[in-house]
Amino acid sequence: MILLYLETDEAGIAETSLETVALARSLAEAGGGIAIRAVLFGGLPEGVAGQLAAHGVDEVFHVTGAGFEAFSGAAWASALQALRERTGSVVVAAGGSPRGNEVLAHLAARLDVPMAANVVSFAGLAPFVVTRQVVGGAALEEMRLDQRPALFTVAGHSWTARAAVTPGKAEWHEEAPEVAPGDLAARIVSVGQREAVRPGALKRARVVVGAGRGAGGPDGFDGVVELAELLGGALGVSRVVTSLGWRPHHEQVGQTGSRISPELYIPCGISGAIQHWAGCSSSKTILAINTDPEAPMVTKADYAVIGDMHEVVPAIVEELRRRSGA
Amino acid sequence: MDVLVCVKRVPDSSSQILLTEDAQAVDGRHVGFTVSPHEECAVELAARLADATGGTATVLTLGPAEAVEQLRNALALGCGAAVHVEADTSRFGPADVAREIAAVVREHEGAGSPYDLVLLGNDAADSGDFQVGIRLAYALGRPVVNGAKVVELADGVATAHVDGPAGAETWSAPLPAVVTVLEGGVEPRYPTIKGRMAARKVQIEQRRPAYEPGGSRRTRLLLPPPEPSTVQVLGKGAEAAPAVVDLFEKLGVR
Repeated sequence: MILLYLETDEAGIAETSLETVALARSLAEAGGGIAIRAVLFGGLPEGVAGQLAAHGVDEVFHVTGAGFEAFSGAAWASALQALRERTGSVVVAAGGSPRGNEVLAHLAARLDVPMAANVVSFAGLAPFVVTRQVVGGAALEEMRLDQRPALFTVAGHSWTARAAVTPGKAEWHEEAPEVAPGDLAARIVSVGQREAVRPGALKRARVVVGAGRGAGGPDGFDGVVELAELLGGALGVSRVVTSLGWRPHHEQVGQTGSRISPELYIPCGISGAIQHWAGCSSSKTILAINTDPEAPMVTKADYAVIGDMHEVVPAIVEELRRRSGA
Repeated sequence: MDVLVCVKRVPDSSSQILLTEDAQAVDGRHVGFTVSPHEECAVELAARLADATGGTATVLTLGPAEAVEQLRNALALGCGAAVHVEADTSRFGPADVAREIAAVVREHEGAGSPYDLVLLGNDAADSGDFQVGIRLAYALGRPVVNGAKVVELADGVATAHVDGPAGAETWSAPLPAVVTVLEGGVEPRYPTIKGRMAARKVQIEQRRPAYEPGGSRRTRLLLPPPEPSTVQVLGKGAEAAPAVVDLFEKLGVR
């Protein structure tokens, strides 16, 4: 049996969680029709039961009550641990999101078993071998998970969320487990409102215009900001740019910044180091603007313009305005 | 307040990745070594917290003899003491690393110099295990806050700021505690000549691992096969603008 910790957002089950269900279905089929059980926490948007059934989930445990009002990795893991025991699940998985990794790490520590972060596929069932991303996705690691339960998280965008051919029953259980006081020693005391421009906006943007060292300095971003505005998109920058203090960190795309997956990403003056590629490789289409035709970002892109961003970007802005008749 | 900050020597990931011949590790010989960006910020936070509270920031690493370079760097950036658990890191999985850090913390506590706070990076730039800090907290029986951008210490409590999915979260944890750090909350300082000179004089506490490692469960490392470039060059310089806007129209983003 496979037990999944799933996250929700305003729209329903989070995308990374649905991707995790897709991997779990593949694993369940390979194992000869293993049941998939999901654990959800706290307040839920409407329609999640139907969504989970459509994605092939057999049973759902909805955890609420004292100790589950605000997120706590330890409390969440304590509930997962109890449900794991009760259901005899041999695999526990979650999306490779900050919370998915955090909760599974708590569970791994509590059970004293290994945990594989950011798994992209499983290479075999006996022994159970998973392949996971390391070095920001620039390399892969094959890792054996011999102990049970086997714990892992699923790397974002490594699977595609899609409805199951045979829907599940999504049989619903309400749960209100007790939480030990020690598991609430570290706790959230307040949650502030999101500001208008935050990483969430960058992660959700359909178009992201990127800028790197080629911007030349803190005053070199007017063109890319204007282009992003004209396309209704967001600005994303490389780590060099935030390290030099040219732009704020929340605009950073990369291994230690936001991971984006827009319809179109336009990196300007970004060479495409591993650190940056880790954050933008899931973009549907990449149009690189760079003076160096050999830069990794150019060779990995779908389209490229070879030239200085300070000449190319204003010309694109002008062409956009001309065609809009402005 | 005394703060322990843990760092890991990792190959610099701004360059191309090569594997060792046995496919068990990333070959860093030609690319140079560093620590993760998250850890650079953890070192900065440790130095500031120790400064503000009249305590000491101690930097710890588990790594080969060469990892002394990362310890000296942290000493030049505001840490006042260093501990080196010399070991072949490829034999250590995340649970092993957590257990070794816990052994150092407990021994210092037993010797009457406990750490009020242990800081780590949220995840290492190479192995990306996302669990050492949390395992350490359980090994020590301490609370843990994960993914903090900023940490403050006052009245026996650590207050940590985390960018949560719904907004800016303020976390509270009684000391002693463990906090894992994400890049972006503080600007790491640049080393001064004076700092580098002082760092050279610090006596590093040398240790051997306290336990036999269980291992990483790694079978091997792989490099994704390089995909042949399929880039379509739309043009050079400003003259490419019409072709670019044609592409926008084709993709429906304009």
